[in-house]
Amino acid sequence: MYVYDEHDRQMAAERVAQFRDQTERALAGELSEDEFLPLRLQNGLYVQRLAPMLRIAVPYGMLRSVQLRRLARITRDYDKGYAHFTTRQNVQLNWPAIEDVPDILAELAEVEMHANQTSGNCIRNTTTDQFSGVQADEITDPRPYCEIVRQWSTFHPEFAFLPRKFKVAVNASEHTDRAAIQVHDIGLQMVRNDQGELGFRVHVGGGLGRTPMVGPVIREFLPELDLLTYLEAVLRVYNRYGRRDNKFKARIKILVKALTPEGFAAKVEDEWSHIKDSPTRLTEEAISQFKGYFTEPDRQPVPDVTDALATQRFENREFDQWISHNVDTHKNPGYAIVTLTMKKTGTPPGDASDRQLEQIADLADQYSFGEVRVTHQQNVVLADVRKDQLFELWQVITPMGFATANLNTLTDVICCPGGDYCALANAKSIPVAESIQRQFDDMDYLYDIGNIDLNISGCMNACGHHHVGNIGVLGVDKKGQEFYQISLGGSSHHDAAIGKILGPSFAREDMPEVMQKIINVYVDNRTEEEPFLDTYRRIGIEPFKERVYA
Amino acid sequence: MPDVITSDGSIRKDNWVIVPRPADGESLDIPDQPALIPADLWLAGKEHFDDRDDIGVWLDSHEEPEILAGVVNELPVIAVNFPKFSDGRGYSIARLLRERLNYRHELRAVGDVLLDQLQFMKRCGFNTYVLRADKDINKAARCLNFFTQGYQAATDTDEPLFRRRAS
Repeated sequence: MYVYDEHDRQMAAERVAQFRDQTERALAGELSEDEFLPLRLQNGLYVQRLAPMLRIAVPYGMLRSVQLRRLARITRDYDKGYAHFTTRQNVQLNWPAIEDVPDILAELAEVEMHANQTSGNCIRNTTTDQFSGVQADEITDPRPYCEIVRQWSTFHPEFAFLPRKFKVAVNASEHTDRAAIQVHDIGLQMVRNDQGELGFRVHVGGGLGRTPMVGPVIREFLPELDLLTYLEAVLRVYNRYGRRDNKFKARIKILVKALTPEGFAAKVEDEWSHIKDSPTRLTEEAISQFKGYFTEPDRQPVPDVTDALATQRFENREFDQWISHNVDTHKNPGYAIVTLTMKKTGTPPGDASDRQLEQIADLADQYSFGEVRVTHQQNVVLADVRKDQLFELWQVITPMGFATANLNTLTDVICCPGGDYCALANAKSIPVAESIQRQFDDMDYLYDIGNIDLNISGCMNACGHHHVGNIGVLGVDKKGQEFYQISLGGSSHHDAAIGKILGPSFAREDMPEVMQKIINVYVDNRTEEEPFLDTYRRIGIEPFKERVYA
Repeated sequence: MPDVITSDGSIRKDNWVIVPRPADGESLDIPDQPALIPADLWLAGKEHFDDRDDIGVWLDSHEEPEILAGVVNELPVIAVNFPKFSDGRGYSIARLLRERLNYRHELRAVGDVLLDQLQFMKRCGFNTYVLRADKDINKAARCLNFFTQGYQAATDTDEPLFRRRAS
């Protein structure tokens, strides 16, 4: 993965010194709260319901074991001994003290980490597929391009005060989209054109929040060397013409809609025509330099263990289920991709204790070349596990709580921190996730109903991506009471769609039963092997309404 | 007379004043001292100012710098107003004036100009700054130089880091 050179190290150190200075001026009253706000947000620091919250960047989800250990130490020394993996592949601390944050950032910088632009009206952490570089069906490894975008967007002098936040996601797989690119401000799908040249299909104006939208394509093919100049053109058009009079209409999706995708694309092309040959244009040498950081690890020839694995699976049903659900195919036949699920019932989805962070670091060192990836579903991936070590790994992680074989099932819930922690939330989300996990605790039943994305957000800011859940849950506040609105039919994948609202909202205690009714409608109506989303698309929302509101 | 910060952090005084946009029906009142007038009004009557070399213009954040195409270098000073420090349009305006319209003279940041935005402004092509009155002008030099380099090409450099690394 990417390793800092002297330039990165210098800028990281200067950033820490700058924020220390800013924090001191804020605490001394030289900066008003209003003036300090964007400065602290662009260093990841929120002031939350119970305490400040620090969002630490994990660029496109990649972490080294030394970084995990440092995170663990920071949670112990400055926080309450746990961290939270977010839906944008980042990590959050829920209880730091404001005056400690410069020290925390200094500790992070020592291991090449930072909290730059993890919040605020600027370009945020670029995200991608957690299986990048190890899956068989990708056009090319997207991570060098993510790093190119990270560097270009870091401290960009023109785009630090955009109308609103701005998120870029990159996907390189031809058949799946684990990065949900069509619900990002810019979604970049890597493609090859008819001449075999590498480039991007560019979506602009997707997003969740108050006005969920699937991002339209504004350019079918952008050559790779033009990536940064084109992004600069999109951002400049947005910076100049995006609405600033109304926070709720300030995302780029509103501008794209107002101008129409064609009109917006024309404006971008016009701007781009002036700057496409500027010094910001990438060079072949630069791209190959970035690619040099994402080389193949030193994988060894692994003996064919097909028979042994088959026997182990036959003899051990739980291992068999774990392989079926939490282990994915690697491009190298001797290796496998293992997802450690952070969704044990009774633990808030995505939370990890300091001890668990260290356990993950040890697992990475022992089984996966010292690296892990954080997923937007709030799990952690060991991307390079030898197949002849799978059984041993499974035995090791089971008592740690990372082997719950529910990946991509109903209980692999995406869930924001919600009203338990977040000042913006209208309702709690974690207890809803837990009550549904308890309702569906029979693993055989869970496997029978198949893959279902259940996404829960505690408010319409949609950190839990509820709009694109096959089943989405949104917490709402009605006269001081928490209620939950359900939507059906969303998807964050290549067939991206915004879910449709089922009807009036429900009290929290009714949620497990309501969820059960929804699943019953699916089970009663599905044809053989038909996943939930397909059944929903075939029969529509009415049968669900009738049953739930009967 | 306002204190004006220059890009190296030094402080000087000058007597350029900003002439606000007159209300409807009122006419522009040009003082007998160096004056910055609304850019569109200057354009509309620029022949009236031919005998003065101390007239510049100012642009508000919603205005388009392109209106000055071809004539920018007739102006000794262009000011860009930041109505609120969080309004980032002025950064794009500055880069367009410098990089697209090739403006060569003084580009001044005015309005809600605070310390922590100075370095971004400098990178986008501003070379003088009138800090909001309640801010400590002596801290400007430090804030203009928190970073010794940047990742991107901008008005201040044609060499993004990826090109410097490759050379």
